[in-house]
Amino acid sequence: MKNTFRSKIFSHVILILASLMFLLPVWVIVASSTHLPETIVNNGLQFFTGHNFIDTYKSILFEHSGYTKNVTAFRMILNSFIMAMGFAVGKVIISSMAAYAIVYFRFKLATFLFWVIFLTLLLPIQVRIVPSFEVLADLNLLNSYTGLIVPLIASATGTFFFRQYFKSVPEELLEAAKMDGANSWNFFIDILMPLSKTMSAALFIVMFIVGWNQYLWPIMMTTDPQYSTILLGIREIYQSNFEGTYLPEFNRAFALTTLALIVPVLMVLFFQRLFVKGLVDGDK
Amino acid sequence: MKKVQFNNKFIPYLFVSPQIIIILVFFIWPSIMAVYYSFVMQDAFGVSTQFVWFQNYKDALMNSDYYSSFGFTLVFSTFVTLFSLSMGLFLAHKTNGMIKSRGIYRTLLMWPYALAPAVVGLMASFFFNQSHGDIYHFLNQLGWKFDPTSDPFSAQAMLVFIASWKQISVNFIFFLSGLQGIPKSVLEASLIDCKSDTKRFWTIIFPLLAPTTFFLFITNITYSFFDTFGIIDTTTRGTPMGQTKTLAYKIYQDGFLGADIGGSSAQSVILMLFVLIITIFQFKYLEKKVHY
Repeated sequence: MKNTFRSKIFSHVILILASLMFLLPVWVIVASSTHLPETIVNNGLQFFTGHNFIDTYKSILFEHSGYTKNVTAFRMILNSFIMAMGFAVGKVIISSMAAYAIVYFRFKLATFLFWVIFLTLLLPIQVRIVPSFEVLADLNLLNSYTGLIVPLIASATGTFFFRQYFKSVPEELLEAAKMDGANSWNFFIDILMPLSKTMSAALFIVMFIVGWNQYLWPIMMTTDPQYSTILLGIREIYQSNFEGTYLPEFNRAFALTTLALIVPVLMVLFFQRLFVKGLVDGDK
Repeated sequence: MKKVQFNNKFIPYLFVSPQIIIILVFFIWPSIMAVYYSFVMQDAFGVSTQFVWFQNYKDALMNSDYYSSFGFTLVFSTFVTLFSLSMGLFLAHKTNGMIKSRGIYRTLLMWPYALAPAVVGLMASFFFNQSHGDIYHFLNQLGWKFDPTSDPFSAQAMLVFIASWKQISVNFIFFLSGLQGIPKSVLEASLIDCKSDTKRFWTIIFPLLAPTTFFLFITNITYSFFDTFGIIDTTTRGTPMGQTKTLAYKIYQDGFLGADIGGSSAQSVILMLFVLIITIFQFKYLEKKVHY
């Protein structure tokens, strides 16, 4: 009895330490963002919050200065939001449609097209950087939301996710719908998609986070700061802090970091169940 | 697929077309171009183009930079996969053993999934920084002459740490849901058969997690190969002495920053072949595993 009690305590200690290992660094960055730059330069990173929260965040969100001289953080957050939203919604729509065709229709090229979709898994953006940039340039899509969003939404993950789910939907549903005279469009819009509400929401949440956290693609795609996402703001900070163009305004750097991470973190916390469903059910 | 289906000849193409069109334009076409570029050489102004067969591949493969990048990628992904998989499994097992506090620990350990690699890299660059970094000073006080800006080993160890830290949460989420998927009856039966906690874990629970582990193994390798881009780009950028470049980062530097289109494309094609092999391997294994 004593033994199991001890091992229970031991487990708690380990889990608390592990939780702190993740929480602490992020907390220190967030807390330091509310201090004056001098405090950070002289005394290092801060564990407790300071009194400069409103000043720093107001100036970074709404003024053109410092790292992000041509664009406010507000604009970058807006861009990130548009990108994440467009990516997640687009992904849910086109992958549910493609999965619907593959699962519910008998047609000649079904297998072939499935493999074409599958092929996208072999071609991560990192292996086709230069030609992708050229294609985007040829199509006049550099510095545009279309260019930021559309090329990313075609990868296979969402399609697999819906395919898996549609396959588990009972056969009788379609039989009944057919008897009631539903055509393929009615069935998709009025029956199948409403039924897949939870699954779509789950995929949406995971994809929103993935879209928000895109890094390499916006680096290539945007030269106009008006299209910078918040993650590109992060890159600016790195460049100016460590290549010494600006005075080290660490508080602003930390504030920008905080803004970049707060949205996806809140998404995970608020929609925990859906998020886990979207992640775990989708990838397998 | 379904036994009951629609038989329309035209409509299914309408439904798949958005995805297929985007794939053709933004995946297949650039990839074909990458293959084409890998066989040609352009002069500096892109005026004349010459077909050079495998010269770009030869140049890439004859270059000692390529091997050091290849070596680093291999070592890096091995350690990241090893650390983050084992930590993820360990923490998931401990969390699953909790009754009342399971939900709390689950939340506390899974949220880092939401952090972008670039954000994690940037935060780490402060902690590992010479002028203010707490971890930098801590490591030096321990007696390790830790200096990621000049000592390749320090920089590599730092990257392994950051990349593993970022990846633990993903493994944790999958392992925990895998553990919760194990039927109660199996666990109860195993409790009767086997008293030792550790032995029960390795002989009964771990084998049941094999499909999850394998899936995560592949996920972690592709993560270390590709998604760590954001971490490297906000910390070392391949320095010191080019010793922290993964293959993917090298392709970016050579092609996008260095404008060596042919060389970069040849490296891209090699990397594509690598992903192809991994994928085939994955499917072979998964097919066998379906009836376990």
